[in-house]
Amino acid sequence: MIERVRALLREAGIPRLLIAAFVVALFTVAAATHMNLADLITDSIVRVARNGVLVLALLPAIQGGLGLNFGLPIGVICGLIGCVISLNAGVPGVSGVLLSSAIGVALAVPSGIAYGWLLNRTRGQEMMVGTYLGFAIVSGMSIFWLLAPFTNPTLVWAIGGKGLRTTLSLGGIFDKVLDRWLAFTVAGVTVPTGALLAFFAICALVWWFFRTRMGISIAAARGNPRFARAAGISDERTRIQASVLTTVLAAVGIVIYSQSYGFVQLYTAPLLMAFPAIACILIGGATVSRATITHVLVGTFLFQSILTVALPVTSQVIEGDISETARLIIQNGMILYALTRTGGQRG
Amino acid sequence: MSATSTTSGTPALELRGIVKEYEGNRVLKGVSLTVKGGEIHALVGENGAGKSTLMNILFGMPVIHETGGYGGDVLLGGAPVRFTDPAQAMEAGLGMVHQEFMLLPGFRVAENIKLNREPSKPNLLSRIAGPGLEHVDVATMRRDARRALDRVGLGIDEWLPVAGLPVGHMQFIEIAREVDKAKLRLIIFDEPTAVLTESEAERLLQSMRAFAESGVAVLFITHRLDEVKSVADSMTVLRDGEVAGRPDPKTTSVARVAELMVGRPAGAAVGRRAAELGSEIALSVERLNVRMPGEPVENVSLTVRRGEVLGIGGLAGHGKLGIANGIMGLYPATGTVSLFGQPFGLNDAREALTRGLAFVSEDRRGVGLLGEESIELNIALSALEAHGRFLHPFPIPAFRPLNGKEMRGHAREMIRRLDVRTTGPEQQVRRLSGGNQQKVCLARAMALRPRVLFVNEPTRGIDIGAKERVLQILVSLNRDEGVTLIVTSSELAELRSLCDRILLVYRGHVAAVLPPDAPDAAFGLAMAGDEVAAAAAKGDGA
Repeated sequence: MIERVRALLREAGIPRLLIAAFVVALFTVAAATHMNLADLITDSIVRVARNGVLVLALLPAIQGGLGLNFGLPIGVICGLIGCVISLNAGVPGVSGVLLSSAIGVALAVPSGIAYGWLLNRTRGQEMMVGTYLGFAIVSGMSIFWLLAPFTNPTLVWAIGGKGLRTTLSLGGIFDKVLDRWLAFTVAGVTVPTGALLAFFAICALVWWFFRTRMGISIAAARGNPRFARAAGISDERTRIQASVLTTVLAAVGIVIYSQSYGFVQLYTAPLLMAFPAIACILIGGATVSRATITHVLVGTFLFQSILTVALPVTSQVIEGDISETARLIIQNGMILYALTRTGGQRG
Repeated sequence: MSATSTTSGTPALELRGIVKEYEGNRVLKGVSLTVKGGEIHALVGENGAGKSTLMNILFGMPVIHETGGYGGDVLLGGAPVRFTDPAQAMEAGLGMVHQEFMLLPGFRVAENIKLNREPSKPNLLSRIAGPGLEHVDVATMRRDARRALDRVGLGIDEWLPVAGLPVGHMQFIEIAREVDKAKLRLIIFDEPTAVLTESEAERLLQSMRAFAESGVAVLFITHRLDEVKSVADSMTVLRDGEVAGRPDPKTTSVARVAELMVGRPAGAAVGRRAAELGSEIALSVERLNVRMPGEPVENVSLTVRRGEVLGIGGLAGHGKLGIANGIMGLYPATGTVSLFGQPFGLNDAREALTRGLAFVSEDRRGVGLLGEESIELNIALSALEAHGRFLHPFPIPAFRPLNGKEMRGHAREMIRRLDVRTTGPEQQVRRLSGGNQQKVCLARAMALRPRVLFVNEPTRGIDIGAKERVLQILVSLNRDEGVTLIVTSSELAELRSLCDRILLVYRGHVAAVLPPDAPDAAFGLAMAGDEVAAAAAKGDGA
């Protein structure tokens, strides 16, 4: 019996269980203080659908041996450029989302190749290189946002008429088009069907990809580069494939994020996209060298639930707001914890 | 340099009944030997005979007491000693010239010679803060180093940096460092001539004699039997952790020593006569050079007939492992190779696999397996990559999805056929024992349906039962499915029981090609690089 409990603990992972217990505790307190549970649950689900693809974008990088992709902002920026171009042209609704994604993907492919090329030359330091590259590119792009020749008056600064605003509203263009598609309400909980379906569909696609010849060779090269070479797989190539995939998913991810959030955030905002996403997948049970779709789903749900529920609950229980502090402690603590662990874990 | 023990009757070093076990595996079974001051004593034996373990015990290496210590006694100058740290052994007057150089490349020659024993002068700071801060006395250091270098006959400037010097010089600097130690009583040379040219080797043997004449006891570990005959005063032959004999080097023949080293093969040879094979050439290799670190191959040519089992033997470091690794594209190689009469491109692992070659690597964990992945995926992977086996159809080849059902069915069949002890095809391979992992490696090679299969070290590090099974599978692949086999092994007995012909390499080139029933001496001589004598011994046996 004790053995089985122990095995169960090992399987689930102590941090994952602690976080899950924390989420349950938060919901319990919320219920006890007569808060609107349905609203909290709705918020949690919306946030899962909103952030899911960005978290999923980390999976190919981990599976391809690139570690945690701190260079996620690269793909995010590609997606943002897609959004801005589509907004500038004024394409509304689902077609706006599709056009933004298409442009984002088109930019993400060459960016991913270049990023992978760089990572192949800085082997063993992928996470550090990704972090610094992310910082550098975000700063470079800040100049671009200022100078880019966008003309649509809803996008540029009202005074002077040049340079994009820091936050672009999507109201009336493609604000929540996916979230609203086929949305329904059960017992007060509103389910953003379209966005959830899009997330699940992309998950399925990634799952399928890692069952194909290319996906299997990416994972094989991650597990053992010398083995891969003996099997005729070039691990330089598989690493570039993984980096393209992670960048492409990040580009699509930010488009889905933006439509759900209702705003496109430019300038330094992309910098802050990588850390919460990384915390999500790690809470889900992934390690620096091993991740599954289950890790993505479980982690996104746990982490985003904390964010939704912690804020109202803490303001109820404690005077003042510590939810942002708690989020940062959990987020960065998780990343640190994962970096101290090198072994893989099944999930 | 002390010369105290030359005249006394007490041996400089005496080992009495040394016994050592690693995890229940007895690697030394009561080895005794004696080295007198002023004497050169040769210690010879195959790889794995127990020489290194014996030296580790002598020097008190941590690996020995971490694995439960040893039995028997070590006597130094008649007094029993039991070192637990190499520093104690050096303090007691033991010196060692290593096979791999232990030199700091960025330091100068003199600095390397005096490393950690630097002569020093006190200064103001050291008077306050202790002797650790004393100045290095460069003049004394250079003078001492010069004297040591002159004694070993190396005329280079003692102030040169070590990096970039030829390997021969590095070997002499190692020796000079030992020479410089004032209390030296016993010096061990661990295969010192392996990296030297012939004239350098000759000079080294001379300095070895000079050592002995000054009263130091010399223990000389080597594979080269001609050198033993030319310098040693006495010798001990080790085989499988036991003393196989102590022939007198002055009167015994090299052939006799070789025979003692190798011993009788365990089983009777099953090799067929060459006439039973057809004339079709499966693989022909000309002037193959492989840059594999530690196992370089130089100008090896060989032909293998269809259905043949070719063995490749030789001592560690002489290039036997490099041949298969080079042809399979794992290390940079040059040369001309043709496969069933068609030209074959080197340095391309994918070409090797798609053209019908397969390889079981000697490095199971490093190259052979994906430890974290399941047995079924490990078995399927190479065939999946090279031939697109175990995949569903899909218009774009790179995106053809895995056929899990076919993969699992095949894995189950292989598990049954190879008798892999496992909980099921989904088990992670790193949880399997060494023998079962090896079977998975074989299964992966078999999934490629190869025409020519290279197997390196098929039974290294696996238990007896698995060993037999693996050899059976190899025989059945060859006899029943007509796969041409090229087996490389450190275990000569294994090659002799399995192969039709055995190719022996020495220093990267082919020293001899022998039938499995050639006399022991021929094998021993070929592995020691004595090609002419090996050919003669082969002639005697036939």
